Amino acid sequence: MISMAGKSIRRWWALFALPTFAAFIIGFVVPFVMGIYLSLCKFSTVTDAKFIGFSNYSKALADPEFWHAMWYTIAFTIITTLIVNIIAFSVAYMLTKAIHGATIFRSIFFMPNLIGGIILGYVWLLLLNGVLAKWGRSITYSGTYGFWGMVMLYCWQQIGYMMIIYIAGLQALPGDVIEAAHVDGANGRQTLFDVTLPLMMPSITVCTFLTITNGFKMFDQNLALTNGAPSNKSELLALNIYRTFYGRAGFEGVGQAKAVIFFIIVAVIAVIQNRLTTSREVAA
Amino acid sequence: MSDKVKHPWIWTVFFTLVSLVWIFPIVLVLINSFKQKAYISHDTFAIPRGKMFVGLDNYRRGVEQTDLFASFGWTVVVTVGSVLLILICTSMCAWWIVRVNNWVAKALYLLFLFNMIVPFQMVMFTLSKLADMIGLNTPWGLWIVYLGFGAGLAVFIFTGTVKGIPEELEESAMIDGASVPRIFFQIVVPIMRPSIVSVAILEAMWIWNDFLLPYLTLDMRKYKTISIAIQYLKGGYGSIDMGAMMACLILAIIPIVIFYLFCQKYIIKGVLAGAVKG
Repeated sequence: MISMAGKSIRRWWALFALPTFAAFIIGFVVPFVMGIYLSLCKFSTVTDAKFIGFSNYSKALADPEFWHAMWYTIAFTIITTLIVNIIAFSVAYMLTKAIHGATIFRSIFFMPNLIGGIILGYVWLLLLNGVLAKWGRSITYSGTYGFWGMVMLYCWQQIGYMMIIYIAGLQALPGDVIEAAHVDGANGRQTLFDVTLPLMMPSITVCTFLTITNGFKMFDQNLALTNGAPSNKSELLALNIYRTFYGRAGFEGVGQAKAVIFFIIVAVIAVIQNRLTTSREVAA
Repeated sequence: MSDKVKHPWIWTVFFTLVSLVWIFPIVLVLINSFKQKAYISHDTFAIPRGKMFVGLDNYRRGVEQTDLFASFGWTVVVTVGSVLLILICTSMCAWWIVRVNNWVAKALYLLFLFNMIVPFQMVMFTLSKLADMIGLNTPWGLWIVYLGFGAGLAVFIFTGTVKGIPEELEESAMIDGASVPRIFFQIVVPIMRPSIVSVAILEAMWIWNDFLLPYLTLDMRKYKTISIAIQYLKGGYGSIDMGAMMACLILAIIPIVIFYLFCQKYIIKGVLAGAVKG
Protein backbone atom coordinates (compact mmCIF):
# COMPACT_ATOMS: atom_id res chain seq x y z
CA MET A 1 0.00 0.00 0.00
CA ILE A 2 1.35 3.37 -0.93
CA SER A 3 0.70 6.25 1.42
CA MET A 4 -0.62 9.62 0.34
CA ALA A 5 2.82 11.20 0.55
CA GLY A 6 4.26 8.29 -1.43
CA LYS A 7 1.77 8.79 -4.24
CA SER A 8 2.57 12.44 -4.80
CA ILE A 9 6.28 11.87 -4.41
CA ARG A 10 6.29 9.09 -7.00
CA ARG A 11 5.47 11.54 -9.77
CA TRP A 12 8.64 13.48 -8.94
CA TRP A 13 10.96 10.62 -9.90
CA ALA A 14 12.67 12.67 -12.60
CA LEU A 15 13.89 15.16 -10.02
CA PHE A 16 14.54 12.90 -7.05
CA ALA A 17 15.64 9.51 -8.33
CA LEU A 18 16.83 10.07 -11.88
CA PRO A 19 20.07 12.06 -11.33
CA THR A 20 21.52 9.47 -8.95
CA PHE A 21 20.29 6.60 -11.07
CA ALA A 22 21.70 8.03 -14.30
CA ALA A 23 25.11 8.56 -12.69
CA PHE A 24 24.85 5.09 -11.19
CA ILE A 25 24.33 3.60 -14.65
CA ILE A 26 27.43 5.39 -15.94
CA GLY A 27 29.57 4.92 -12.88
CA PHE A 28 28.58 1.42 -11.93
CA VAL A 29 26.04 -0.63 -13.88
CA VAL A 30 27.53 -0.31 -17.38
CA PRO A 31 31.18 -0.69 -16.24
CA PHE A 32 30.19 -3.71 -14.16
CA VAL A 33 28.30 -5.50 -16.92
CA MET A 34 30.96 -4.61 -19.49
CA GLY A 35 33.61 -5.85 -17.05
CA ILE A 36 31.95 -9.24 -16.83
CA TYR A 37 31.61 -9.40 -20.61
CA LEU A 38 35.23 -8.36 -21.21
CA SER A 39 36.46 -11.05 -18.84
CA LEU A 40 35.22 -13.49 -21.51
CA CYS A 41 36.98 -11.63 -24.34
CA LYS A 42 40.40 -11.08 -25.78
CA PHE A 43 40.94 -7.33 -26.05
CA SER A 44 43.30 -4.44 -25.62
CA THR A 45 40.71 -1.68 -26.06
CA VAL A 46 36.97 -1.89 -25.60
CA THR A 47 36.27 -1.80 -29.34
CA ASP A 48 38.44 -4.74 -30.41
CA ALA A 49 36.96 -7.20 -27.88
CA LYS A 50 36.61 -10.73 -29.28
CA PHE A 51 34.57 -13.30 -27.39
CA ILE A 52 36.72 -16.27 -26.38
CA GLY A 53 34.78 -17.91 -23.54
CA PHE A 54 36.41 -18.95 -20.31
CA SER A 55 40.03 -19.23 -21.41
CA ASN A 56 40.93 -15.98 -19.58
CA TYR A 57 39.80 -17.62 -16.38
CA SER A 58 41.85 -20.76 -16.95
CA LYS A 59 44.87 -18.58 -17.76
CA ALA A 60 44.28 -16.51 -14.62
CA LEU A 61 44.04 -19.64 -12.47
CA ALA A 62 47.14 -21.12 -14.10
CA ASP A 63 49.20 -18.01 -13.27
CA PRO A 64 51.56 -18.82 -10.37
CA GLU A 65 51.90 -15.11 -9.55
CA PHE A 66 48.15 -14.88 -9.10
CA TRP A 67 48.21 -17.75 -6.62
CA HIS A 68 51.18 -16.27 -4.86
CA ALA A 69 49.32 -12.96 -4.52
CA MET A 70 46.24 -14.85 -3.35
CA TRP A 71 48.01 -16.70 -0.51
CA TYR A 72 49.99 -13.60 0.31
CA THR A 73 46.75 -11.63 0.63
CA ILE A 74 44.97 -14.31 2.64
CA ALA A 75 47.88 -14.62 5.07
CA PHE A 76 48.10 -10.82 5.27
CA THR A 77 44.38 -10.50 5.95
CA ILE A 78 44.25 -13.18 8.64
CA ILE A 79 47.30 -11.84 10.51
CA THR A 80 46.27 -8.19 10.35
CA THR A 81 42.65 -8.93 11.28
CA LEU A 82 43.82 -10.71 14.43
CA ILE A 83 46.39 -8.09 15.43
CA VAL A 84 44.22 -5.07 14.64
CA ASN A 85 41.14 -6.33 16.45
CA ILE A 86 42.89 -7.60 19.56
CA ILE A 87 44.94 -4.44 20.02
CA ALA A 88 42.11 -2.09 19.04
CA PHE A 89 39.79 -3.77 21.52
CA SER A 90 42.36 -3.69 24.31
CA VAL A 91 43.13 -0.03 23.72
CA ALA A 92 39.43 0.83 23.55
CA TYR A 93 38.83 -1.14 26.75
CA MET A 94 41.53 0.77 28.58
CA LEU A 95 40.56 4.17 27.16
CA THR A 96 36.97 3.81 28.36
CA LYS A 97 38.32 3.53 31.90
CA ALA A 98 39.15 6.78 33.63
CA ILE A 99 42.51 7.59 32.09
CA HIS A 100 43.75 11.15 31.90
CA GLY A 101 43.89 12.43 28.34
CA ALA A 102 41.87 9.55 26.87
CA THR A 103 40.39 11.80 24.17
CA ILE A 104 43.83 13.02 23.12
CA PHE A 105 45.12 9.46 22.80
CA ARG A 106 42.03 8.54 20.84
CA SER A 107 42.62 11.38 18.38
CA ILE A 108 46.28 10.46 17.92
CA PHE A 109 45.57 6.79 17.23
CA PHE A 110 42.89 7.67 14.71
CA MET A 111 44.92 10.24 12.78
CA PRO A 112 46.62 7.91 10.24
CA ASN A 113 43.19 7.09 8.78
CA LEU A 114 42.77 10.56 7.40
CA ILE A 115 45.94 10.41 5.38
CA GLY A 116 45.86 8.81 1.95
CA GLY A 117 47.31 5.35 1.36
CA ILE A 118 49.95 6.59 -1.09
CA ILE A 119 51.24 9.12 1.42
CA LEU A 120 51.25 6.55 4.24
CA GLY A 121 53.18 4.16 2.00
CA TYR A 122 55.98 6.66 1.50
CA VAL A 123 56.01 7.63 5.18
CA TRP A 124 56.62 3.99 6.11
CA LEU A 125 59.08 3.51 3.28
CA LEU A 126 61.27 6.11 4.96
CA LEU A 127 60.90 4.62 8.42
CA LEU A 128 61.38 0.96 7.48
CA ASN A 129 64.23 1.59 5.09
CA GLY A 130 65.85 3.75 7.74
CA VAL A 131 65.75 0.84 10.17
CA LEU A 132 66.74 -1.82 7.63
CA ALA A 133 69.66 0.28 6.38
CA LYS A 134 71.50 -0.73 9.56
CA TRP A 135 71.75 -4.25 8.10
CA GLY A 136 72.30 -3.04 4.56
CA ARG A 137 68.86 -4.17 3.46
CA SER A 138 65.75 -2.41 2.17
CA ILE A 139 62.04 -3.08 2.36
CA THR A 140 62.04 -4.31 -1.23
CA TYR A 141 64.83 -6.84 -0.52
CA SER A 142 62.43 -9.78 -0.20
CA GLY A 143 58.74 -10.53 -0.21
CA THR A 144 58.93 -11.35 3.49
CA TYR A 145 60.21 -7.90 4.39
CA GLY A 146 57.49 -6.37 2.25
CA PHE A 147 54.91 -8.56 3.94
CA TRP A 148 55.79 -7.56 7.48
CA GLY A 149 56.28 -3.97 6.42
CA MET A 150 52.75 -3.88 5.11
CA VAL A 151 51.44 -5.64 8.21
CA MET A 152 52.97 -2.91 10.37
CA LEU A 153 51.70 -0.09 8.17
CA TYR A 154 48.20 -1.52 7.98
CA CYS A 155 47.95 -2.20 11.72
CA TRP A 156 49.27 1.25 12.52
CA GLN A 157 46.57 2.70 10.29
CA GLN A 158 43.59 0.52 11.16
CA ILE A 159 43.92 0.14 14.92
CA GLY A 160 42.70 3.71 15.48
CA TYR A 161 39.68 3.24 13.25
CA MET A 162 38.53 0.02 14.89
CA MET A 163 39.28 1.45 18.33
CA ILE A 164 36.72 4.19 17.67
CA ILE A 165 34.06 1.61 16.85
CA TYR A 166 34.94 -0.48 19.91
CA ILE A 167 34.84 2.56 22.18
CA ALA A 168 31.35 3.40 20.91
CA GLY A 169 30.29 -0.21 21.48
CA LEU A 170 31.72 -0.26 25.00
CA GLN A 171 30.02 2.98 25.90
CA ALA A 172 26.68 1.63 24.73
CA LEU A 173 26.94 -1.45 26.96
CA PRO A 174 24.23 -1.71 29.59
CA GLY A 175 26.00 -0.60 32.78
CA ASP A 176 23.64 -2.51 35.08
CA VAL A 177 24.69 -5.87 33.64
CA ILE A 178 28.36 -5.15 34.36
CA GLU A 179 27.48 -3.89 37.82
CA ALA A 180 25.39 -6.98 38.49
CA ALA A 181 28.43 -9.09 37.60
CA HIS A 182 30.47 -7.07 40.11
CA VAL A 183 27.87 -7.53 42.80
CA ASP A 184 27.79 -11.26 42.11
CA GLY A 185 31.51 -11.31 42.85
CA ALA A 186 32.95 -11.65 39.35
CA ASN A 187 36.52 -10.45 39.08
CA GLY A 188 37.76 -8.17 36.33
CA ARG A 189 38.80 -11.01 34.05
CA GLN A 190 35.52 -12.87 34.41
CA THR A 191 33.55 -9.70 33.72
CA LEU A 192 35.60 -9.02 30.61
CA PHE A 193 35.46 -12.51 29.10
CA ASP A 194 32.03 -13.71 30.25
CA VAL A 195 30.02 -10.49 30.17
CA THR A 196 31.65 -7.71 28.18
CA LEU A 197 33.01 -9.70 25.23
CA PRO A 198 29.76 -11.58 24.46
CA LEU A 199 27.84 -8.29 24.64
CA MET A 200 30.36 -6.72 22.27
CA MET A 201 29.82 -9.30 19.52
CA PRO A 202 28.02 -6.86 17.17
CA SER A 203 30.97 -4.43 17.26
CA ILE A 204 33.41 -7.29 16.88
CA THR A 205 31.61 -8.56 13.76
CA VAL A 206 31.57 -5.10 12.19
CA CYS A 207 35.25 -4.52 12.90
CA THR A 208 36.43 -7.90 11.67
CA PHE A 209 34.34 -7.43 8.54
CA LEU A 210 35.94 -4.05 7.88
CA THR A 211 39.48 -5.27 8.53
CA ILE A 212 38.99 -8.33 6.32
CA THR A 213 37.54 -6.45 3.35
CA ASN A 214 39.94 -3.52 3.69
CA GLY A 215 42.85 -5.95 3.89
CA PHE A 216 41.70 -7.73 0.77
CA LYS A 217 41.27 -4.51 -1.14
CA MET A 218 44.52 -2.89 -0.04
CA PHE A 219 46.22 -1.29 -3.01
CA ASP A 220 47.64 2.22 -2.50
CA GLN A 221 49.88 1.32 0.42
CA ASN A 222 51.21 -1.69 -1.47
CA LEU A 223 51.94 0.40 -4.54
CA ALA A 224 53.82 3.07 -2.58
CA LEU A 225 55.65 0.84 -0.11
CA THR A 226 57.05 -2.01 -2.23
CA ASN A 227 55.44 -1.74 -5.65
CA GLY A 228 55.54 -5.54 -5.74
CA ALA A 229 59.34 -5.73 -5.55
CA PRO A 230 61.34 -7.90 -5.70
CA SER A 231 59.98 -9.53 -8.87
CA ASN A 232 56.31 -9.34 -7.82
CA LYS A 233 57.00 -11.25 -4.60
CA SER A 234 55.27 -8.63 -2.43
CA GLU A 235 52.13 -8.16 -4.50
CA LEU A 236 48.76 -8.26 -2.83
CA LEU A 237 45.83 -9.36 -4.96
CA ALA A 238 44.67 -5.88 -5.95
CA LEU A 239 48.13 -4.87 -7.16
CA ASN A 240 48.55 -8.16 -9.02
CA ILE A 241 45.32 -7.51 -10.90
CA TYR A 242 46.33 -3.96 -11.70
CA ARG A 243 49.73 -5.06 -13.01
CA THR A 244 48.30 -7.87 -15.09
CA PHE A 245 45.99 -5.34 -16.63
CA TYR A 246 48.21 -2.35 -17.22
CA GLY A 247 51.65 -3.95 -17.02
CA ARG A 248 51.50 -6.82 -19.48
CA ALA A 249 50.31 -6.24 -23.03
CA GLY A 250 47.96 -8.94 -24.24
CA PHE A 251 46.90 -9.89 -20.74
CA GLU A 252 44.01 -7.42 -20.37
CA GLY A 253 41.43 -10.19 -20.56
CA VAL A 254 43.26 -12.23 -17.96
CA GLY A 255 43.46 -9.17 -15.73
CA GLN A 256 39.72 -8.63 -16.06
CA ALA A 257 39.08 -12.31 -15.28
CA LYS A 258 41.22 -11.96 -12.15
CA ALA A 259 39.19 -8.90 -11.21
CA VAL A 260 35.96 -10.89 -11.48
CA ILE A 261 37.41 -13.65 -9.29
CA PHE A 262 38.51 -10.95 -6.84
CA PHE A 263 35.02 -9.47 -6.81
CA ILE A 264 33.48 -12.88 -6.13
CA ILE A 265 35.83 -13.49 -3.19
CA VAL A 266 35.05 -10.09 -1.64
CA ALA A 267 31.31 -10.56 -2.25
CA VAL A 268 31.32 -14.03 -0.64
CA ILE A 269 33.12 -12.68 2.43
CA ALA A 270 30.60 -9.82 2.64
CA VAL A 271 27.60 -12.14 2.37
CA ILE A 272 28.92 -14.64 4.93
CA GLN A 273 29.74 -11.84 7.32
CA ASN A 274 26.32 -10.28 6.81
CA ARG A 275 24.65 -13.62 7.63
CA LEU A 276 26.68 -13.89 10.80
CA THR A 277 25.79 -10.36 11.87
CA THR A 278 22.09 -10.75 11.23
CA SER A 279 21.89 -14.10 13.01
CA ARG A 280 23.64 -12.53 16.00
CA GLU A 281 21.20 -9.66 16.05
CA VAL A 282 18.28 -12.08 16.12
CA ALA A 283 19.84 -14.00 18.99
CA ALA A 284 20.59 -10.88 21.05
CA MET B 1 34.43 7.51 38.97
CA SER B 2 38.20 7.89 38.83
CA ASP B 3 38.72 6.62 42.38
CA LYS B 4 37.56 3.17 41.26
CA VAL B 5 40.52 2.79 38.94
CA LYS B 6 43.70 1.57 40.54
CA HIS B 7 46.53 2.88 38.39
CA PRO B 8 45.35 5.78 36.27
CA TRP B 9 48.74 7.48 36.14
CA ILE B 10 50.66 4.44 35.07
CA TRP B 11 48.26 3.99 32.17
CA THR B 12 48.49 7.64 31.25
CA VAL B 13 52.27 7.38 31.09
CA PHE B 14 51.98 4.16 29.10
CA PHE B 15 49.60 5.65 26.54
CA THR B 16 51.67 8.82 26.30
CA LEU B 17 54.65 6.70 25.28
CA VAL B 18 52.57 4.69 22.82
CA SER B 19 51.18 7.91 21.33
CA LEU B 20 54.68 9.24 20.83
CA VAL B 21 55.64 6.04 19.01
CA TRP B 22 52.42 6.34 17.02
CA ILE B 23 53.18 9.75 15.60
CA PHE B 24 56.87 8.96 15.22
CA PRO B 25 56.67 7.95 11.52
CA ILE B 26 55.22 11.35 10.66
CA VAL B 27 57.66 13.24 12.86
CA LEU B 28 60.45 11.35 11.13
CA VAL B 29 59.22 12.59 7.76
CA LEU B 30 59.10 16.13 9.14
CA ILE B 31 62.70 15.88 10.39
CA ASN B 32 63.92 14.49 7.10
CA SER B 33 62.15 17.13 5.08
CA PHE B 34 64.80 19.60 6.31
CA LYS B 35 67.70 17.31 5.51
CA GLN B 36 69.86 17.34 2.42
CA LYS B 37 68.64 14.50 0.21
CA ALA B 38 71.95 12.62 0.18
CA TYR B 39 71.66 12.03 3.91
CA ILE B 40 68.07 10.89 4.06
CA SER B 41 68.52 7.23 3.25
CA HIS B 42 71.74 6.77 5.26
CA ASP B 43 71.20 8.96 8.31
CA THR B 44 67.44 8.66 8.50
CA PHE B 45 67.30 9.09 12.26
CA ALA B 46 69.85 11.89 12.62
CA ILE B 47 68.68 15.37 13.51
CA PRO B 48 69.46 17.72 10.60
CA ARG B 49 72.40 19.82 11.76
CA GLY B 50 75.32 21.56 10.10
CA LYS B 51 75.66 20.62 6.45
CA MET B 52 72.75 18.18 6.64
CA PHE B 53 70.33 21.03 7.25
CA VAL B 54 69.03 22.69 4.11
CA GLY B 55 66.18 24.83 5.40
CA LEU B 56 63.28 25.02 3.00
CA ASP B 57 65.21 23.87 -0.06
CA ASN B 58 63.39 20.56 -0.26
CA TYR B 59 60.07 22.32 -0.06
CA ARG B 60 60.95 24.68 -2.89
CA ARG B 61 62.10 21.80 -5.08
CA GLY B 62 59.19 19.58 -4.15
CA VAL B 63 56.59 22.19 -4.95
CA GLU B 64 58.29 23.01 -8.24
CA GLN B 65 58.67 19.43 -9.43
CA THR B 66 55.13 18.38 -8.61
CA ASP B 67 53.27 21.65 -9.02
CA LEU B 68 51.82 20.70 -5.66
CA PHE B 69 49.63 23.76 -5.16
CA ALA B 70 47.84 23.15 -8.45
CA SER B 71 47.30 19.53 -7.41
CA PHE B 72 45.96 20.74 -4.13
CA GLY B 73 43.49 22.94 -6.00
CA TRP B 74 42.35 20.09 -8.23
CA THR B 75 41.91 17.82 -5.24
CA VAL B 76 39.72 20.46 -3.61
CA VAL B 77 37.67 20.84 -6.80
CA VAL B 78 37.16 17.09 -7.15
CA THR B 79 36.39 16.47 -3.49
CA VAL B 80 34.11 19.41 -2.76
CA GLY B 81 32.14 19.06 -5.98
CA SER B 82 31.74 15.30 -5.70
CA VAL B 83 30.73 15.39 -2.06
CA LEU B 84 28.14 18.14 -2.62
CA LEU B 85 26.68 16.33 -5.61
CA ILE B 86 26.59 13.04 -3.70
CA LEU B 87 24.86 14.65 -0.72
CA ILE B 88 22.17 16.39 -2.76
CA CYS B 89 21.42 13.60 -5.21
CA THR B 90 21.59 10.58 -2.93
CA SER B 91 19.58 12.14 -0.11
CA MET B 92 16.82 12.96 -2.61
CA CYS B 93 17.03 9.50 -4.08
CA ALA B 94 16.95 7.82 -0.66
CA TRP B 95 13.84 9.79 0.32
CA TRP B 96 12.15 8.83 -2.93
CA ILE B 97 13.04 5.15 -2.44
CA VAL B 98 11.68 4.97 1.11
CA ARG B 99 8.49 6.93 0.52
CA VAL B 100 7.52 5.44 -2.83
CA ASN B 101 8.48 1.91 -1.80
CA ASN B 102 7.07 0.12 -4.88
CA TRP B 103 8.94 -2.60 -6.77
CA VAL B 104 10.96 -0.06 -8.78
CA ALA B 105 12.16 1.60 -5.61
CA LYS B 106 12.95 -1.73 -4.01
CA ALA B 107 14.90 -2.95 -7.04
CA LEU B 108 16.83 0.31 -7.11
CA TYR B 109 17.67 -0.05 -3.46
CA LEU B 110 18.98 -3.60 -3.94
CA LEU B 111 21.17 -2.40 -6.82
CA PHE B 112 22.67 0.27 -4.59
CA LEU B 113 23.30 -2.32 -1.89
CA PHE B 114 25.05 -4.52 -4.43
CA ASN B 115 27.28 -1.59 -5.37
CA MET B 116 28.79 -1.58 -1.88
CA ILE B 117 30.39 -5.00 -2.21
CA VAL B 118 32.03 -4.46 -5.60
CA PRO B 119 35.73 -3.62 -5.34
CA PHE B 120 37.04 -0.91 -7.65
CA GLN B 121 39.38 -3.28 -9.53
CA MET B 122 36.32 -4.97 -10.98
CA VAL B 123 35.33 -1.86 -12.93
CA MET B 124 38.61 0.05 -13.16
CA PHE B 125 39.22 -0.52 -16.85
CA THR B 126 35.67 -0.19 -18.14
CA LEU B 127 34.85 2.77 -15.92
CA SER B 128 37.91 4.74 -17.00
CA LYS B 129 37.29 3.93 -20.67
CA LEU B 130 33.65 4.91 -20.38
CA ALA B 131 34.56 8.16 -18.65
CA ASP B 132 36.99 8.90 -21.49
CA MET B 133 34.42 8.16 -24.15
CA ILE B 134 31.71 10.41 -22.78
CA GLY B 135 34.05 13.18 -21.70
CA LEU B 136 33.99 12.72 -17.94
CA ASN B 137 37.79 12.66 -17.76
CA THR B 138 38.01 16.09 -16.15
CA PRO B 139 37.84 17.11 -12.48
CA TRP B 140 34.23 18.18 -13.11
CA GLY B 141 33.39 14.96 -14.87
CA LEU B 142 34.69 13.06 -11.86
CA TRP B 143 31.84 14.56 -9.83
CA ILE B 144 29.48 12.38 -11.81
CA VAL B 145 31.78 9.35 -11.74
CA TYR B 146 32.08 9.57 -7.97
CA LEU B 147 28.33 10.04 -7.62
CA GLY B 148 27.80 6.92 -9.69
CA PHE B 149 30.38 4.63 -8.12
CA GLY B 150 29.99 5.98 -4.58
CA ALA B 151 26.19 6.10 -4.47
CA GLY B 152 25.75 2.80 -2.63
CA LEU B 153 26.97 3.70 0.83
CA ALA B 154 25.36 7.15 0.82
CA VAL B 155 21.96 5.84 -0.30
CA PHE B 156 22.21 3.07 2.29
CA ILE B 157 22.90 5.41 5.20
CA PHE B 158 20.29 7.94 4.06
CA THR B 159 17.51 5.38 3.61
CA GLY B 160 18.18 4.26 7.18
CA THR B 161 17.71 7.84 8.34
CA VAL B 162 14.58 8.50 6.31
CA LYS B 163 12.94 5.36 7.69
CA GLY B 164 13.18 6.97 11.12
CA ILE B 165 11.33 10.14 10.07
CA PRO B 166 7.57 10.01 10.76
CA GLU B 167 5.65 10.31 7.53
CA GLU B 168 2.82 12.25 9.17
CA LEU B 169 5.06 15.29 9.25
CA GLU B 170 5.29 15.34 5.48
CA GLU B 171 1.63 14.51 5.00
CA SER B 172 0.46 17.38 7.14
CA ALA B 173 2.67 19.76 5.17
CA MET B 174 1.17 18.31 2.01
CA ILE B 175 -2.32 19.00 3.26
CA ASP B 176 -1.22 22.56 3.97
CA GLY B 177 -0.38 22.79 0.28
CA ALA B 178 3.41 22.55 0.26
CA SER B 179 4.94 21.20 -2.96
CA VAL B 180 7.01 18.03 -2.91
CA PRO B 181 10.43 19.72 -3.41
CA ARG B 182 9.55 22.24 -0.73
CA ILE B 183 8.64 19.48 1.73
CA PHE B 184 11.92 17.76 1.05
CA PHE B 185 14.17 20.79 1.36
CA GLN B 186 12.37 22.53 4.21
CA ILE B 187 11.21 19.63 6.33
CA VAL B 188 13.15 16.48 5.52
CA VAL B 189 16.63 17.94 4.97
CA PRO B 190 16.82 19.73 8.33
CA ILE B 191 15.86 16.50 10.10
CA MET B 192 18.48 14.58 8.14
CA ARG B 193 21.24 17.04 8.93
CA PRO B 194 23.29 14.85 11.32
CA SER B 195 23.50 11.98 8.87
CA ILE B 196 24.24 14.39 6.02
CA VAL B 197 27.31 15.54 7.98
CA SER B 198 28.32 11.92 8.59
CA VAL B 199 28.03 10.97 4.94
CA ALA B 200 29.88 14.14 3.90
CA ILE B 201 32.82 13.18 6.13
CA LEU B 202 32.94 9.57 4.96
CA GLU B 203 32.78 10.45 1.28
CA ALA B 204 35.25 13.32 1.67
CA MET B 205 37.79 11.04 3.38
CA TRP B 206 37.42 8.55 0.56
CA ILE B 207 37.53 10.97 -2.37
CA TRP B 208 40.28 13.22 -1.02
CA ASN B 209 42.61 10.25 -0.56
CA ASP B 210 41.52 8.20 -3.56
CA PHE B 211 44.34 7.39 -5.92
CA LEU B 212 43.41 4.84 -8.55
CA LEU B 213 40.14 6.26 -9.87
CA PRO B 214 41.44 9.77 -10.68
CA TYR B 215 44.75 8.27 -11.83
CA LEU B 216 43.05 6.09 -14.42
CA THR B 217 40.42 8.60 -15.42
CA LEU B 218 41.96 12.07 -15.48
CA ASP B 219 44.20 13.44 -18.21
CA MET B 220 47.55 13.34 -16.41
CA ARG B 221 49.12 16.14 -18.41
CA LYS B 222 46.55 18.61 -17.13
CA TYR B 223 45.13 17.43 -13.85
CA LYS B 224 46.80 15.68 -10.95
CA THR B 225 45.38 15.21 -7.51
CA ILE B 226 47.71 15.22 -4.50
CA SER B 227 48.09 11.44 -4.26
CA ILE B 228 48.88 11.30 -7.97
CA ALA B 229 51.39 14.15 -7.78
CA ILE B 230 53.23 12.33 -5.00
CA GLN B 231 53.20 9.05 -6.87
CA TYR B 232 54.54 10.87 -9.96
CA LEU B 233 57.41 12.27 -7.95
CA LYS B 234 58.62 8.70 -7.61
CA GLY B 235 57.68 7.51 -11.06
CA GLY B 236 58.77 10.44 -13.17
CA TYR B 237 62.28 11.27 -12.02
CA GLY B 238 64.19 8.00 -12.10
CA SER B 239 65.77 7.70 -8.68
CA ILE B 240 63.50 9.41 -6.19
CA ASP B 241 64.47 12.83 -4.91
CA MET B 242 63.87 11.86 -1.29
CA GLY B 243 64.23 15.44 -0.06
CA ALA B 244 61.48 16.72 -2.32
CA MET B 245 59.40 13.66 -1.49
CA MET B 246 59.59 14.30 2.26
CA ALA B 247 58.65 17.95 1.76
CA CYS B 248 55.66 17.01 -0.41
CA LEU B 249 54.49 14.44 2.13
CA ILE B 250 54.54 17.05 4.88
CA LEU B 251 52.71 19.59 2.70
CA ALA B 252 50.07 16.97 1.91
CA ILE B 253 49.63 15.94 5.54
CA ILE B 254 49.45 19.40 7.15
CA PRO B 255 46.06 20.47 5.75
CA ILE B 256 44.52 17.12 6.71
CA VAL B 257 45.81 17.38 10.27
CA ILE B 258 44.51 20.95 10.60
CA PHE B 259 41.15 19.89 9.21
CA TYR B 260 41.11 16.97 11.65
CA LEU B 261 41.82 19.19 14.64
CA PHE B 262 38.83 21.36 13.79
CA CYS B 263 36.32 18.66 12.89
CA GLN B 264 37.36 15.76 15.12
CA LYS B 265 33.96 15.36 16.69
CA TYR B 266 32.16 15.16 13.37
CA ILE B 267 34.77 12.92 11.80
CA ILE B 268 34.45 10.37 14.57
CA LYS B 269 30.66 10.51 14.38
CA GLY B 270 30.83 10.06 10.62
CA VAL B 271 33.06 7.03 10.96
CA LEU B 272 30.67 5.50 13.46
CA ALA B 273 27.66 6.09 11.23
CA GLY B 274 29.46 4.36 8.37
CA ALA B 275 30.45 1.42 10.54
CA VAL B 276 27.12 0.87 12.23
CA LYS B 277 25.08 1.13 9.07
CA GLY B 278 27.60 -0.30 6.61
